[in-house]
Amino acid sequence: MLTALINGPWARELSLLPWTIIAVLAALAGFGAVVLYSAAGGNLSPWALKHVIRFAILLGLALAIAMVRPQFWMKHAWSLYGIVLAGLVGVELVGGIRGGSQRWLDLGIMEVQPSEFMKLAILLVLARYYHFLPKGYETRPQGLFPALALIAMPAALVMLQPDLGTAMAIVFGGLVMLFGAGVRLWLFGAGIAAAAAAAPIAWTMLHDYQRNRVLIFLDPASDPRGAGYHITQSKIAIGSGGITGKGFLAGTQSHLDYLPELQTDFAFATMAEEWGLLGGLAILVGFGIVLAWGIGVSLRGRGQFERLLALGLTATLFFYLAINLMMVMGLAPVVGIPLPLISYGGSAMMTVMILIGLLMGIARDNKRPDG
Amino acid sequence: MTVRPPRDPAFTRRSLLLGGGMAALGVTLAGRLAWLSVFEGEQYRLASEENRIQLRLIPPRRGWIVDRNGTPLALNKPDYRLELVPDQVIDLDALLARVRAVLGLSFDEELRIRADIAIQPKYVPVEVARDLDWPKFAAANVQLADIPGLSPVRAFARVYPDKDHFAHLLGYVGAPTPEQYKATRDPMLIFPGFRIGKDGLERHQDRQLRGEAGARRVEVTARGKVVRELGSRGDVPGTTLRLTIDRDLQNYAARRLADNSGSVIVIDSWTGDLLAMVSMPAYDPNIFSQRVPAALWRDLQRDDHTPLLNKSAMGLYPPGSTFKMVTALAALEAGVSPEDAVGCNGRYRLGTNTWHCHARRGHGRVDMHSALPKSCDVYFYTFGRQIGIEAIATMARRLGLGQKYDLPLPGQAAGLVPDNAWKQKRFGKSWNAGETLNTAIGQGYLITNPLQLAVMTARIASGRAVQPRLMIDPGAGAPVFPSLGIAEDHLAIVRQGMFDVVNSGMGTARRARMSVSGVHVAGKTGTAQVRRITMAERRRGVLRNEALPWNQRDHALFVAFAPTEEPRYAVSVILEHGIAGGLYAAPVARDVLTYLYDPARALAALAPVEAEMRERVRARASARETADAAATDPRMLMPPWLHWDPPQPPSFEIEDAALPPPEREEQ
Repeated sequence: MLTALINGPWARELSLLPWTIIAVLAALAGFGAVVLYSAAGGNLSPWALKHVIRFAILLGLALAIAMVRPQFWMKHAWSLYGIVLAGLVGVELVGGIRGGSQRWLDLGIMEVQPSEFMKLAILLVLARYYHFLPKGYETRPQGLFPALALIAMPAALVMLQPDLGTAMAIVFGGLVMLFGAGVRLWLFGAGIAAAAAAAPIAWTMLHDYQRNRVLIFLDPASDPRGAGYHITQSKIAIGSGGITGKGFLAGTQSHLDYLPELQTDFAFATMAEEWGLLGGLAILVGFGIVLAWGIGVSLRGRGQFERLLALGLTATLFFYLAINLMMVMGLAPVVGIPLPLISYGGSAMMTVMILIGLLMGIARDNKRPDG
Repeated sequence: MTVRPPRDPAFTRRSLLLGGGMAALGVTLAGRLAWLSVFEGEQYRLASEENRIQLRLIPPRRGWIVDRNGTPLALNKPDYRLELVPDQVIDLDALLARVRAVLGLSFDEELRIRADIAIQPKYVPVEVARDLDWPKFAAANVQLADIPGLSPVRAFARVYPDKDHFAHLLGYVGAPTPEQYKATRDPMLIFPGFRIGKDGLERHQDRQLRGEAGARRVEVTARGKVVRELGSRGDVPGTTLRLTIDRDLQNYAARRLADNSGSVIVIDSWTGDLLAMVSMPAYDPNIFSQRVPAALWRDLQRDDHTPLLNKSAMGLYPPGSTFKMVTALAALEAGVSPEDAVGCNGRYRLGTNTWHCHARRGHGRVDMHSALPKSCDVYFYTFGRQIGIEAIATMARRLGLGQKYDLPLPGQAAGLVPDNAWKQKRFGKSWNAGETLNTAIGQGYLITNPLQLAVMTARIASGRAVQPRLMIDPGAGAPVFPSLGIAEDHLAIVRQGMFDVVNSGMGTARRARMSVSGVHVAGKTGTAQVRRITMAERRRGVLRNEALPWNQRDHALFVAFAPTEEPRYAVSVILEHGIAGGLYAAPVARDVLTYLYDPARALAALAPVEAEMRERVRARASARETADAAATDPRMLMPPWLHWDPPQPPSFEIEDAALPPPEREEQ
C-alpha cells in the first residue's frame, strides 16, 4: 500500500520537476523575507510573513500549472488572450465611467489587474501564432503585421492606463517572440531606427511625471529633494553597504526612512545596504541560474510553441529583473517595477510564479518520452 | 532513456544570442554593483552617515555684563521662538497656514516673514514668532515640529534693565548678518535665535561674551525626527564682564542730562576706572536687540540730538576754555612765572587782526592766578604766543588729548592736537601765530572728545598718566600710573586756579559749588562756537545764543574734579548747543559729583530738572506732530542691518583757524 503510494504514477511525475530551480526560487523568496523582516524594523509584520505565505501558496499554484501540458495552453491561447484583452478594454471602460486612471478590474469577489496577465497572454498567443505560421512567412507582411497588431493592441491599452512599465514588458516580450520566431534581423534594426526617430513624438505623449522621471534619471542632482531623491538615496544605500554590508538589521538608509519604497521597488537597495556586494551577487547568481535554466528549457522545446513560449517567459522574467536592478543602481529611470520574489507585492509575484509554472510544465514535457 | 526532441538550429542560435545578451547585462549589473559598493563605497558610506547623523548645536548662554558692584546691566531671559530656515522649507504657504492655525499670525507678520525670506540668503533663519508663552510654545512643539524648515527654539533674549542709560556703552545684540556668516562659516551664526553683539561693549567683547557652543550628535530619520543621541558636548556660557561703571551713578547722570544732547563722564583718577560714561539721548537696546520698528528707526536717524551716536567717545568738540589748563601748564613749564601779568583791555592785536577777550571791556591786570578763574583770553593769547604751538601741543598730548585709549569700545574718535608738522602735512603750509592764539584758548583746529577731556582733568587732578579703563580684571589689582613729570608746584597753581573758577567770587563757574560740607569742586568752564559767523554779522553784533535756533547755539563744556583737598574724581560734561559752560554744564557736573557723596541730596536736585524737561518735551512733541510729514523712505522696509548708516560725528566749520574767534560770553 505504502510502496504503491510511493511508487505511484505521481512519484514519477514529481521526479520530472526541476527541484534545483524550485530550491533556488525558495532560497530567493526566503532571502526576500529576511530583507522584508529587516525593512519592517525586525518584524514579521507587515511584510515578511505575508511574503512567505504568498510564496508558499503561489509555489503550489506554480506546481499545479506545471502539471498542465503545454498543448493545453496552445489550444486555449487565443481565448486566453481574448479574455485578457477584453479585461483591458473593460478597465478602460470602467475607468472612463469612474474617471481617472484605472488598472484594476473589480470582479466582485476579487480585483484583478488584466495588464499583469497580458504579459503572459501575449507570449501564449504569439507562440501559437508562430507555431502554425509556415516557415519563411515571418518577415513577410502577411505574417508580420498580424503579430505586430497582437502586440500593439494590448500595449496601447496599457499605455492608456497609463502604465509605462507594463506596456514596455508586453512589447519586450512580444519582440522577443518575433526574434525567436526568426523575423529578419534587419527588421529589428529598422525598428530601432524608427523608434529612435519617433522618440521625440513619444516624448510629447508622455505624462509630465514620466518625463520628469526620465529627466531626473539623466541628472539626479537636478532634484535632490524630489524624484531624484529616490535614485540618489538608493545609490547611497547600495554603495554604503560596501562588500559585506552593514549587517542584518543595521541598515540606516532603510531604517531611518531615507530610502523610499524600501519594501517594494527599492527592496534590492534595502538588501544591498545590509548584505553588501555579496548579497547582491547572490541574488544575481540565483536569478542567473533560473534564467539559464529557462534558456535551456527553450532550447530543448519539442515544438515551435514550446520553444518560443519558454524563450518568451524567460525573457519576461529577465525584463523584470533588469529594469528593477538598473533602476535601483541608477542605470535606468524610476519605473515602478518590483524585483520578483524579493520585493513585497502580490501581483508581481503571482505573474512570476505562473510564469515559472508554465516553464516547469514545458520542462516536464521535454523530459517526457515521446507518445 | 528520453528521446531528445529535434532542435531548430536557427532558433538555437537566436536563443543563445538572447541568453548571451542577458548574461552580458547580468555581468554589467554585477560590475555596477561592485563599482558602487567597492570603488565608490567610501563616498556613499560618508553620504549615508551624513544622512543619518546630524550635529545639533547647543547655543551657549551669553555672558552677563555687571557693574563694579555686581549689579547686572545686561542679562538673559528665556525666549521661546519659532524660526524657519528658508533653505529647508518645502511649501511656504502650507507652512504659514499651519503656523497661522496654531499661533494666529497677523497679516503684517506674514508679510514681514515673506519679505525677510525674499531679501536674505536662504540659509539665514527668519524669525516667525518670538516671546511665545509656554502653552503656545508647547503647542508649536507638538503640532509644528514636523514641518521641514520650521524649528521651535528655546533661545535667550538679551535684557537691559536700565534701557537707554547704558545703550551707547553696552550696545545691543542682533542676528548675525549673512556677511558675518560668510566670513567665518561658523555654524552658530546661522543657528535660529542666535544673537551677537552689534554695538558697544556687546560688540567689542563679543567673543568673550559669546561662549562656546555645545553640540549633540544625534541620529535622525529622513523627516528630521531624532532617534537617539550619539554623544554630546556641553556648551560653555560666555564670561561675565565686570565693568568699572557704577550703575547708580550712570543712571543718575543720564537722568540729570534730561533731554539735553550731551555726555557726562566720571573717572576715578586714582585707578582710571570710568564710573560713568553717559551719552544722551540714546535708544532702548531692548528694542534694538529684537526688531527695530521702521518708524522708530526713522525718528532716531532724523533726530538732531543724534541718539545713535555715542558722544562720549565719538563726539568731537572744540574744547574751548577747558583747554586753558593745558596752555597754563605749558607756559609754566616753559618758564613763565605765575606772577607775570598782562593788562587785558578786551582785545589783542596781531598784525591787522584783532582777537577779542570774552569780556568786552577787559579784565584789567591778569596773572596766572586770576587767568583761569576769569578765563581771560588775552592772557592766554599773550603767553600762548610766547611759548609757541609746539609747547602747547606737547602738553596737550601728555595730558591725553589727540589720542585713542585702550578701551573696549567699537569706536573712538582720536580728535586732533594740531602743530606745525600736522599743518605741513595736511595743508602744506607752515604754522602761523594767529593759529597759536586760537589753539591757546581751545579753538581753531583743536578738537577733542568728552572722554579725552575727562582723562585730561584726571591727569591734572592726579599728576599721573591716568589711563581710563572700563573693565575690571578680577586677577589684577588697581593699576598704578607713572607720574606725568609735571612739576607739582605747577600743578598746584593750576588746581588752585580751577578751585577759584568754582569757589572764588571772580570764578566763571560759581554755580558748580557743591553744598556737601567739606567737599570742594575745582573745575573749568568752556564754551565752544558751532556756527560760522560772517564778518557782516560780527559788525552788526553777534546775536545772543538764546535767540538762535538750537543747533546754532554754542556747546557748553565743563570739566571738574573733587575733592580739591585730595583730588580723586574727575568729570567732564558736554551739553551740545548748551549755550554756556558755566551756566548750564557746571550744575550738571556739580550734581553728578554730589551724587558720589550724598545721593539723597543729588536726587532732590532732579525733581525741578525733570519737571522742566517734561514741559519742554510736551511743547516739542506738539510742534513736531504738525511738522512731521511722514514721507516713507523705501529703505525703511528693509531690516535695519541692511541700511545701517553709522552715525557720523558732528562736523564743525572752521572759518579760518588763523582768524580770531567771535566774542563769547562766559559766565
